[in-house]
Amino acid sequence: MSLWRQLARGLRALTHRSAADRDLSDEVEHYLDQAAAAHRAQGLSPEEALRAARLELGGVTGVKERVRGYGWENTVEVLLADLRYAARRLRAEPGFTAVAVLTLAVGIGATTAIFSAVNPILFQPLPYPHAGRVLMIWDIGPDGSRLEATFGTYQELAARSRSLAALAVMKPWHPTILGAAEPERLEGQRVSAGYLKVLGVPPAIGQDFQAADDRPGGPSVVILSDALWRRRFGGDRAIVGRPITLDGGSRVVVGVMPPGFENVLAPSADLWAPLGYDMSQGRAWGHHLQMVARVRAGVGTDQAKRELAAIASSPVSDFPRAAWAALENGFRVSTLQSDLTEGVRPALLAILGAVLLVLAIACVNVTNLLLARGVRRRGEFALRAALGAGHGRLIRQLLTESLLLAAVGGVVGMAVALLGVRALLALSPPGLPRASAIEVDGFAFAFGLGITTLIGLAFGLTPALQAARGDPQGSIEHGSRRTTGGRRHTRGALVVAEVALALVLLVSSGLLLRSLQRLFEVEVGFDAAGLLTMQVQTSGERFADDSSRLRFFAQALDAVRRVPGVTQAALTSQLPLSGDLDLYGVHFDPAPSNDPGQDRGTFRYAVSPGYVETMRVPLRRGRLLGEQDRAGAPRAALISESVAKRRLPGLDPIGQRLRIGPADSEPYTIVGVVGDVKQVSLALNEPDAVYITGAQWHFPDASMSLVVRGRGDPVSLVPAIQRAVWSVDKGQAIVRVATMDDLLAASEAERRFALTVFQAFGLVALVLAAAGIYGVLAGSVAERTREIGVRAALGASRGTILALVLRQGMALAALGVAVGVAGAAAATQAIAAMLYGVSRLDPATYFGVIALLAGMAAIACAVPALRAARVDPAIALRGE
Amino acid sequence: MLDVRVTPGAAVDQSNTDVIQGTLDMLILKSLSLQPMHGYGIARRIEQISRGVFKVNPGSLLTALKRLERAGWLDAEWRQTENSRRAKFYGLTRAGRKQLEVETADWTRRVSAVARLLKAEG
Repeated sequence: MSLWRQLARGLRALTHRSAADRDLSDEVEHYLDQAAAAHRAQGLSPEEALRAARLELGGVTGVKERVRGYGWENTVEVLLADLRYAARRLRAEPGFTAVAVLTLAVGIGATTAIFSAVNPILFQPLPYPHAGRVLMIWDIGPDGSRLEATFGTYQELAARSRSLAALAVMKPWHPTILGAAEPERLEGQRVSAGYLKVLGVPPAIGQDFQAADDRPGGPSVVILSDALWRRRFGGDRAIVGRPITLDGGSRVVVGVMPPGFENVLAPSADLWAPLGYDMSQGRAWGHHLQMVARVRAGVGTDQAKRELAAIASSPVSDFPRAAWAALENGFRVSTLQSDLTEGVRPALLAILGAVLLVLAIACVNVTNLLLARGVRRRGEFALRAALGAGHGRLIRQLLTESLLLAAVGGVVGMAVALLGVRALLALSPPGLPRASAIEVDGFAFAFGLGITTLIGLAFGLTPALQAARGDPQGSIEHGSRRTTGGRRHTRGALVVAEVALALVLLVSSGLLLRSLQRLFEVEVGFDAAGLLTMQVQTSGERFADDSSRLRFFAQALDAVRRVPGVTQAALTSQLPLSGDLDLYGVHFDPAPSNDPGQDRGTFRYAVSPGYVETMRVPLRRGRLLGEQDRAGAPRAALISESVAKRRLPGLDPIGQRLRIGPADSEPYTIVGVVGDVKQVSLALNEPDAVYITGAQWHFPDASMSLVVRGRGDPVSLVPAIQRAVWSVDKGQAIVRVATMDDLLAASEAERRFALTVFQAFGLVALVLAAAGIYGVLAGSVAERTREIGVRAALGASRGTILALVLRQGMALAALGVAVGVAGAAAATQAIAAMLYGVSRLDPATYFGVIALLAGMAAIACAVPALRAARVDPAIALRGE
Repeated sequence: MLDVRVTPGAAVDQSNTDVIQGTLDMLILKSLSLQPMHGYGIARRIEQISRGVFKVNPGSLLTALKRLERAGWLDAEWRQTENSRRAKFYGLTRAGRKQLEVETADWTRRVSAVARLLKAEG
């Protein structure tokens, strides 16, 4: 039997329904005619003949119905009829439909939005061929924390490893591009030659870096991103092979990356140049390079990890190692994806859990609405059952209705999802990996469609089964008496579930809120209020020699200090809590006998005199750095209290000598001890720091941060400060302008992000749970009007009736709270990693949330309770 | 409210006891093997040839015709009748002829098998 013919004929019948019906009518009429004619031929009168023919046929309508019933198109027709009927029913109850659709839209929309965000980050592989083979490799510090790799380690691994197909190190690069258009500061990366081979994405035009490009003084070449190529060079393919002007020098473009290339390690990087690492700088052993590798095909990642560990533990004389990069603790190796997502994973998983709770609450609420509606429609179902509709038919009708409802909710939900994804991106923490890949894509759409269907079936089934179970006769008979039966228990259970789920969400957001409060109470060790910060970056050929760079910064600082309104200003090579991580090994000379050693990196601050004063870090002993600590003068250093206490226990730190970085570098003498400062984040306690003047550091830093205090609002000083810097040299970029308070807030961006989302979800859950309690009680009061009337007639006071309804509602809420507390105690394990200074069983949070829920439940109960109390017994009883 | 549906593909309507189950299709094909006919003509012919042993239920007949047409064994043609009504005439297609042979052979095999069984029992 030809499937095609079946399909084609069926479709024709569907699309030309009236023609098909006319054909059938004509055929049946003709049959009747012929039969009647045959009877007439046997001698019957025309009327009798017609009657006999009709009898033989067995009813024209019946025959037509039977013939029409054949074929797949008939199933479609019945479905369409069901859909039309369902749509009519939904239109007839706009209030119910609106509430249900909105509730579902919020649930489906929020879930789809969160899924859109979480899917590319956590679940989809990175957009590289065999992305699972790309590894991120970190050095491990003595305390077990991860450290960026040193160039020395990179050279050793590149030479010794056999399991890696490619290995690369890279660091950020901020060149300024010159040309016909205005100078523009770009983000880029300096990479070793194997970088694009590690990612597995070659340039679309031109070619990749050659190994020979990557050496100090090597050819000045650059690879552009597709976006930069189109923006600055109009997508001209002839650019390859031509020089462009960067930082006052020229670099030849050797390649352009493909348009879809996603550089997850530096998402806003627009160009790449060879690292050209200069070992003579004395920085070969600085922990400041990120290292990635691609495992050779056919080699497992575990095998590669074992090989790296073996190399770490077996130094060879060809590759002597610095003491602080001796790899004594091996490497920390993980896939690039898990490394990137490590920071946000707990927050994202918690948010995913939270949105599923919201979805569950939304579903429970709609099920509740449907059940309430089912009660109102009992009469209708009873009638239909009595007229011969089978259980299957009734269930199918109800499922059609709930699927339609879910579909409409899903469509509106997609709009919610589109908005939600935008809101999420606006809220998202700055370091969110793969933020550019977050969109409501086909995956998210399929996901939304999937949950919509599941929801439609799930919440359609409960009321459908309840309706179908009903005994038609009983329902018709008792339809007017408003009896309440077992279905009230179902609805009660749903309300309990709703309250419990809401409590879990609210407790979680409460705990996050308290964590954030605790964090912002943390002493940072300096005065963040009224402190303005910005970074000044130097680039260009005029800084070829070290002294010109130092001179520029000194002149710029003088100019800034002269700005009216500026009271204090200083420069520093790195800012605490800004994401800067410039760590060095610190070694005492002579080493004290009881020095526990360098167990983690020490933050190195190359500052201008006046930095500690501007930050208002307290001086504990000795003196601060001053103008006398210039180049050529005896080298002076300040250390943090933590270094003094831990590294020099029982010794007077003043006068001790230490080396920062290379063991053969010139030592500094400690002249003072200053207070500890929070450096990485508010939650982390890593206070070791050493301060020296920029003039006495081994080399001038290319970018320095300005810290400025002034009279009035510091932000209003920004334009004047920028003018002051540019009055010295117009070509230097000023970036990262922010108040210290902004930096503090940003340092907790991930927690804040999770908190904002949880709070939004918690609010939705609260409203939905309130609506659920209200709905159940309102329905129950309406059903029990007669009973309440009888009670009132028998002398129950308004107070008694009020209490009766309130008790019913509050009992449900209390049960929900009990279940929810148990649930929250278990579920908050998921957010334990994000909590700070607060137990996940924090009683204050739990009591607060319970009080909130109880208050909300009381309000939701009050309205139906008051309505019940106002029932006039005479009217209630007469009404029946 | 109406819940009268026939499962698509069911060979013969259960309620039809007038024609031996499973034979209606074959009888229709056989009737049409000589010349195209309309629905009533087919019913009449089956009754006449079987000498009234088989009575065809019109509902079953028309459903069967629709099914056989869908299967590609029949093709249909509308003709104008003398009293200017439209009549649908069915004819066998090549596939229908082949199907008739298959069903006839199958039926003969079954009948002779049953006949042998009955003889053996008797």
